[in-house]
Amino acid sequence: MGQTLLDKVWDAHSVRELPNGQTQLFIGLHLVHEVTSPQAFQMLAERGLAVRYPDRTFATVDHIIPTDESTRPYVDGMAEQMFVAIEQNVEQTGIPFFDRSTGRQGIVHVIGPELGLTQPGMTIACGDSHTSTHGAFGAIAFGIGTSQVRDVLATQTISVAKPQCRRISVSGKLADGVFAKDVILAIIGRLGVQGGVGYAYEYAGDVFDAMSMDERMTVCNMSIEGGARVGYVNPDETAYAYLQGREYAPNDADFDSARQWWTDVASDADAAFDDRVDIEGESIAPMVTWGVNPGQVLGVDDLIPSPDDVEGLERRSIQDALDHMKLTPGAPIAGTPIDVAFVGSCTNSRISDLREAARVAEGGRVPAHVKALVVPGSQQVKTEAEAEGLDDVFRAAGFEWRDAGCSMCLAMNPDKLVNDQVCASSSNRNFKGRQGSPLGRTLLMSPAMVAAAAVAGEVTDVRAMAMG
Amino acid sequence: MSDDGRITHVAGTGVPVRGNDIDTDRIIPARYLREITFETLGPHAFEDERRQLNGKHPFDDARFTGASVLVVNRNFGSGSSREHAPQALMRRGIKAIVGESFAEIFFGNCTTIGIPCLTLPATQIESLQSLIEEEPETALEIDVGSGTITAGQAAYQAELPASVREAFVSGEWDALSSLLESNDAISAVHDRLPYITGWPAR
Repeated sequence: MGQTLLDKVWDAHSVRELPNGQTQLFIGLHLVHEVTSPQAFQMLAERGLAVRYPDRTFATVDHIIPTDESTRPYVDGMAEQMFVAIEQNVEQTGIPFFDRSTGRQGIVHVIGPELGLTQPGMTIACGDSHTSTHGAFGAIAFGIGTSQVRDVLATQTISVAKPQCRRISVSGKLADGVFAKDVILAIIGRLGVQGGVGYAYEYAGDVFDAMSMDERMTVCNMSIEGGARVGYVNPDETAYAYLQGREYAPNDADFDSARQWWTDVASDADAAFDDRVDIEGESIAPMVTWGVNPGQVLGVDDLIPSPDDVEGLERRSIQDALDHMKLTPGAPIAGTPIDVAFVGSCTNSRISDLREAARVAEGGRVPAHVKALVVPGSQQVKTEAEAEGLDDVFRAAGFEWRDAGCSMCLAMNPDKLVNDQVCASSSNRNFKGRQGSPLGRTLLMSPAMVAAAAVAGEVTDVRAMAMG
Repeated sequence: MSDDGRITHVAGTGVPVRGNDIDTDRIIPARYLREITFETLGPHAFEDERRQLNGKHPFDDARFTGASVLVVNRNFGSGSSREHAPQALMRRGIKAIVGESFAEIFFGNCTTIGIPCLTLPATQIESLQSLIEEEPETALEIDVGSGTITAGQAAYQAELPASVREAFVSGEWDALSSLLESNDAISAVHDRLPYITGWPAR
């Protein structure tokens, strides 16, 4: 019986079995941002420990950074304090740091791949649950807590139990107007928000084979929303073509050697999986969330569910979600009025996301009562988009065009919902209060669907709009 | 906790927080992550929900003041990897959590800071929550090694993965000391990874 990519990467990075039975796992690439790291550096200092491999950790700033202000010190005093903390920490430890002055700042899960830091066969960790994004390249990548950030800094290892592996195969083709975001929302809708606990998800089949790296990143990014800490796609020519020529990727002289190692690390044809799920790509519609977790999701032409459909605590969950969202059971989700439209986040802020959104927005006009903003995932994405004129398309349609950061995905910077505003959002979490207002309401969807909703002022089936 | 870090028993009263899929944004809203220490988080646990419930949240209910065992439902702690969530609960006085199930990163974060998370079937969680609501002064005692939870006259047999149980009982739930022991083995793995030390010539 063959091995999965998970098996091979795990074996290659296993330092030893710890007395408690977990694996001491070597972390090949460690990424750090300003929110979950200051306490880790503090704990390290308190124990008198040094950073073991400063050249295996890379830092940036994304969560708190303002996207409409570039002058230091920031007006937001707390943001300024957190920036000073990470600047001091990287300076004292020698960790490479991509701040705005480098032209390479951005959301940690956008810049890792963009710089070629993220490569197949690696183990990758970051104090951020969306680290699963990097699995798009065939890496085993997961989010860790701050104490584990400390562990990686001190030892380049963590204590972790090996997950089981579930192969999720999506066959066939996606319909026009259906995107990677819809695929992962459909998977989470089917398997539930805790269906992946204890599993790594291996995404396979025609639909993933045909996806670009940007699209694979969108899918792997939201693995954690389905409960799976790790999600990956086996590396292939699409991944290798993406990597070639990037700053930290193997150079041309080494590329063939690297490619062989990457190819060998992919799951064997006869690999054994702990579970398998098969989905038909044609069955997937543009998806929209109606509730307060990403599993509370439906096709844009479906009707909002009723608590009467289910029993027990689940009934309470639906009622609770509907109460928060102020939605009516049995009503269509299409036509729900929106107040804010947000294109951005580590899920959907890459160049292809912005192109899809711009294609829908072009020639339209955001109504005056809707606030719409586009927040590129990185400085490089922003530059590329501007070279293509996408910023002009968005501005002409009434969108704000911002600097790179996490922005309204989690509203740790000044971009926040107000009161009970409804936001059509290309981000990853529709949790209560997620976008900065405890009463705020989030509808997750693809960037194209967000652009469609922005222009129409309400949730709209992007398939019904002229597709460029 | 004993002086040597071993966590074998947790005793105290309980507080039930009902609901499935209670995410870490609800446990600690992101605006409280704008801070370079964990020390001030305790008062902000469940802050937005508590405000909306206007004093009716269990964390504001005087009957549950001083509780050290939190009893929750399914998939507690889903979402973000923020260690701020268990840190806020710990600084609020929570020493153990009993639930139907937990999100993976949250569970690991709790373990690393010394909060055992034990699981019971849904019906028994319901029974334990009701018991605490009816008799909030009920003394709870968790035997971490065996997984036995006694609540007044009632007893429950909870589960904890063997590796995690071992970590608490031996006092090695904070893995750093063990990780630091394998200095040479860490170097060996580092040195054999081609993406770090160089690709072989072809």
